Amino acid sequence: MSEVSTPHVLLGLLASGGRHGYELKRAYDARLPQARPLAFGQVYATLGRLERDGMVAVTGQERDGGPDRTTYALTDEGRAALDRWLSDVEPPLPYVASTLLAKVVVALLVADVDRARSCLVAQRQAHTARLRELTGVKHAPSATLDDVVAADYAIAHLDADLRWLATTLDRVADWHREVHP
Amino acid sequence: MTQLQARDVVRSYGRTPALRGVTLDLDEGEILAVTGPSGCGKSTLLHCLAGILRPDSGEVTWRGERIDTWSEAARSRLRRTEFGVLFQFGQLVAELTAAENVALPLLLAGTGRREARAVAASWLDRLGVGEVADVRPGEMSGGQQQRCAAARALVTGPRVLFADEPTGALDTLAGEQLLTTLVRLSREKGTSVVLVTHEPRIAAYADREVVLRDGTVDHSGLGVPSTGGHR
Repeated sequence: MSEVSTPHVLLGLLASGGRHGYELKRAYDARLPQARPLAFGQVYATLGRLERDGMVAVTGQERDGGPDRTTYALTDEGRAALDRWLSDVEPPLPYVASTLLAKVVVALLVADVDRARSCLVAQRQAHTARLRELTGVKHAPSATLDDVVAADYAIAHLDADLRWLATTLDRVADWHREVHP
Repeated sequence: MTQLQARDVVRSYGRTPALRGVTLDLDEGEILAVTGPSGCGKSTLLHCLAGILRPDSGEVTWRGERIDTWSEAARSRLRRTEFGVLFQFGQLVAELTAAENVALPLLLAGTGRREARAVAASWLDRLGVGEVADVRPGEMSGGQQQRCAAARALVTGPRVLFADEPTGALDTLAGEQLLTTLVRLSREKGTSVVLVTHEPRIAAYADREVVLRDGTVDHSGLGVPSTGGHR
């Protein structure tokens, strides 16, 4: 899975109107509940870069007795950049670049078939536990459609990995014989 | 409390062994997923547990009583009163409407026609397909057919539901909706479920997962122990 493009997500969250950093962070967490957590510092640093590049502009500052709250809004240039990003189709990954696959390959190279198998079994346990956790998240009474759609995405990928793990467990003895003739 | 047990169950088809000594327990109210690759013996195990097939050797015990030694008629009676069975393709009777299909097990059990029809309609509602009560299977979507089949499997209030790849013929969303409904109804009624599936995402709905490989239970750590959530 490719990394979430934080600048573009922030531009998207600003498309419906200006917001300050704290609101953006909360909106990000609500809309992308399964994404890697975004730190406040990262929000402000990204907004700073977007402002420098002319994608967003400061439109107001509130004090309200509390800390400074700088409101940012999308510029025309920012909106155009957002449109371009949305129009670009994500390339299907052209090659297999999975740590999981690499680990099993290396386990087969440096250890015996049982080690490779136990590596696959342990991975299956971890994947299955996560799959069950996400299935719970998705069906929790409080789950929003944001939660459900994000969990669906993660579940579909875990499911694919689990199928691969099952098939590879069936192949691992033959595979080891081929690697160590 | 253990409801259903298999002890060293062996079953072959001619010279081809399907089960080579399977032992497992099913608790009251538990949802148990039985997974494994094609040909590992999942469906044969389900058939033996449900009393559809007799093991060649070993024992199947229902609430402390051996049922593998019972006559076909006695096992058939047990299936009608205590068990519900749901297959991958609902196997509805094509000539009957949804409500008539669902009422069938009740009529076989001696319930009057009017009452059977009313109970059937309420189960179709619970499965979210009340609107197709008067429709024949050929005019329903795959998802609607499978929900009707689920209503038929549950209409007698079974203690155990045996579901063999119940979502196998459905798309992801329809499968998920059916499964969510089955899990909810199972929790409400305290019905145990034996869920045979080859799909990890479907097995994730169960309290526990047993993996079969070559006709035996895999003990290498592939299964998932009970979370105890059903107790």
